[in-house]
Amino acid sequence: MSNNLIEIRGVSKHFPDHPVLHNINLEIRNGEFLTLLGPSGCGKTTLLRLISGFEEPSSGAIYLDGKDIAGIPPHQRHVNTVFQSYALFPHMDVFDNVAFGLRCKGIAKDEVEQRVHEVLRMVKLDTFLRRKPHQLSGGQQQRVAIARAVINKPLVLLLDEPLSSLDYRLRKTMQIELKQLQKQLGITFIFVTHDQEEALSMSDRVVVMHDGEIQQIGTPRQVYEEPDNLQVAKFIGEVNIFETKVLAADDKQLQVEIEGKLFTLKNRRKYKAEQTLYTLVRPEDLQVWSPSEVNDTETMFSAVVEEVIYKGCTVDLMLRLMSGKRLAATQFFNEDDEKLDFLLGEAVWVHWIPGWEVILPHEA
Amino acid sequence: MKHDKTFKFITIGIIWLWLAIFAVAPNGLVFLTSLLQQGDNELVRLQLTLNSYFDLFNTSYLKIFLHSLGLAGCCTLVCIIVGYPFAFIIARSTSRYKGFLLFLVIIPFWTSSLIRSYAIVAMLKTKGILNSLLLSLGLIDQPLHLLYSSTAVMIGLVYSLLPFMILPLYANIEKLDMRLIDAARDLGANKRTVLLKIILPLTWPGIIAGSMLVFLPAMSMFYIPDLLGGAKSVLLGNLIQNQFLTARNWPMGSAVSVMLTLLMGLMLMLYWHSTKRNKDAQDLL
Repeated sequence: MSNNLIEIRGVSKHFPDHPVLHNINLEIRNGEFLTLLGPSGCGKTTLLRLISGFEEPSSGAIYLDGKDIAGIPPHQRHVNTVFQSYALFPHMDVFDNVAFGLRCKGIAKDEVEQRVHEVLRMVKLDTFLRRKPHQLSGGQQQRVAIARAVINKPLVLLLDEPLSSLDYRLRKTMQIELKQLQKQLGITFIFVTHDQEEALSMSDRVVVMHDGEIQQIGTPRQVYEEPDNLQVAKFIGEVNIFETKVLAADDKQLQVEIEGKLFTLKNRRKYKAEQTLYTLVRPEDLQVWSPSEVNDTETMFSAVVEEVIYKGCTVDLMLRLMSGKRLAATQFFNEDDEKLDFLLGEAVWVHWIPGWEVILPHEA
Repeated sequence: MKHDKTFKFITIGIIWLWLAIFAVAPNGLVFLTSLLQQGDNELVRLQLTLNSYFDLFNTSYLKIFLHSLGLAGCCTLVCIIVGYPFAFIIARSTSRYKGFLLFLVIIPFWTSSLIRSYAIVAMLKTKGILNSLLLSLGLIDQPLHLLYSSTAVMIGLVYSLLPFMILPLYANIEKLDMRLIDAARDLGANKRTVLLKIILPLTWPGIIAGSMLVFLPAMSMFYIPDLLGGAKSVLLGNLIQNQFLTARNWPMGSAVSVMLTLLMGLMLMLYWHSTKRNKDAQDLL
């Protein structure tokens, strides 16, 4: 057997009124931190519920540790879930919540006690044993939910948007803690989120989903820097999209026209002449110059500053090209480019360093 | 702001006044009467005594007391057993007939419960509808003697009081977070564990509320035992009625009333205590 812990083969799921998942194929490796990323309604939570056993696939099969798990009810699957709103039992204190899974398995009292203390120490809650869930803060409730799941030593831990109800700062802290916990335990995590930043910063691999289909599977770097399609590019981070006409193409290079200017770009995906393509450039890859700072404007666009948003470490600009197209550009403070105090209505030149763009085919 | 205060004051004031005149004052009179003596020519003699209360410890009264407690207790239990699954299924149903199904439970309130009790008489009597049906189906050879028995009283009480069990249970179960059941199953709980450790503890306040609403009236309803139980089944309600209207012993009737009120007060206190204990759970629901 390979080191795939879960294999999802051709899984589809239809609910009476609408299809949710189409032909999902996914292999999840033992010990990895995998994120299902997509907008709400893309089917990521349904996929999670198929693995945990709350739903059964309409077609296809799911293998857990080499065994087909069709028809096995949730309480007999060696998989545990951290629910979106934690779903802590309100009538039980922290200890009883965490001990619940072990007690269901009929484990001896001494061992239950010892393991609960152990896992609560790990999530730094060993002094809160007798608190009820409503006496805990959001972050503490979150930790109880994690402790309650990992105490059962599952093969896979499923996390359904577990951080979405925490405030920004706490979310950042919990992201780091979760990642550390995953390394420490060595358990495979499948993490569901619609927050692309969260997905990129925590995962070993990201599965980008849209409309019940997998759009791309890759490392955070791959899905951000080399998106397979427009859907992925638009969902992960901001992106400027230029319609691109190919004038000439060979194996190595493309001669293209973008916004009336001529560019020579690398032909990585074997595009042909006469094709219409999209050239994608991230806002942070755009550079903005005052007319006085530049000499050669052949591969630059002339634009007007429409909006300036100061964000501390960056300045976000909204620019309008002559054609009326709007661009987002993020400028960093650094030695090379100290002048960042752009004025509204100021005329500027925009360009990107060739090679940092992504070229995708036109989609019907 | 000031307008608001005056409005609140008037609204609450009117209700207070109403309750003071028509609830507190009559109860006070009942309490006073219970401390007086039975008269030969007048209704009561204005002489303070605790005799009526001492008389309560007479075995025949105690028997009625225990019988009432037992019957009301059984009635409550039957209502829970019948009502809980019903309330659970309706509350968790996603059917568009959900509202209609609940509405059906309330419909009997459109007719006076006294008239409905007469309807039960028509059903249960020896030549009644139920016996005719069973005879014609050949299930029985001789008509059953259902009417004028404890069974008939039980049927009548459960029938009349079941909605009071179902409605609070429904309200409580509907608030139950289904994700908690998912979570329990995810952690390895089988159906029995989910029911005993999650569903029952979390709907406990609903069970208690429903039990109060069933138990207390079951103790004191007098026309149902009267109509369906005949002379054989005397409950506390009948005892009070008899003392006032038949035996003309107003102090005794009042004393029984006061005892019943105290008993109910005690139960309401227990109920209040149990909801306070369960408040932690309710907060999160």
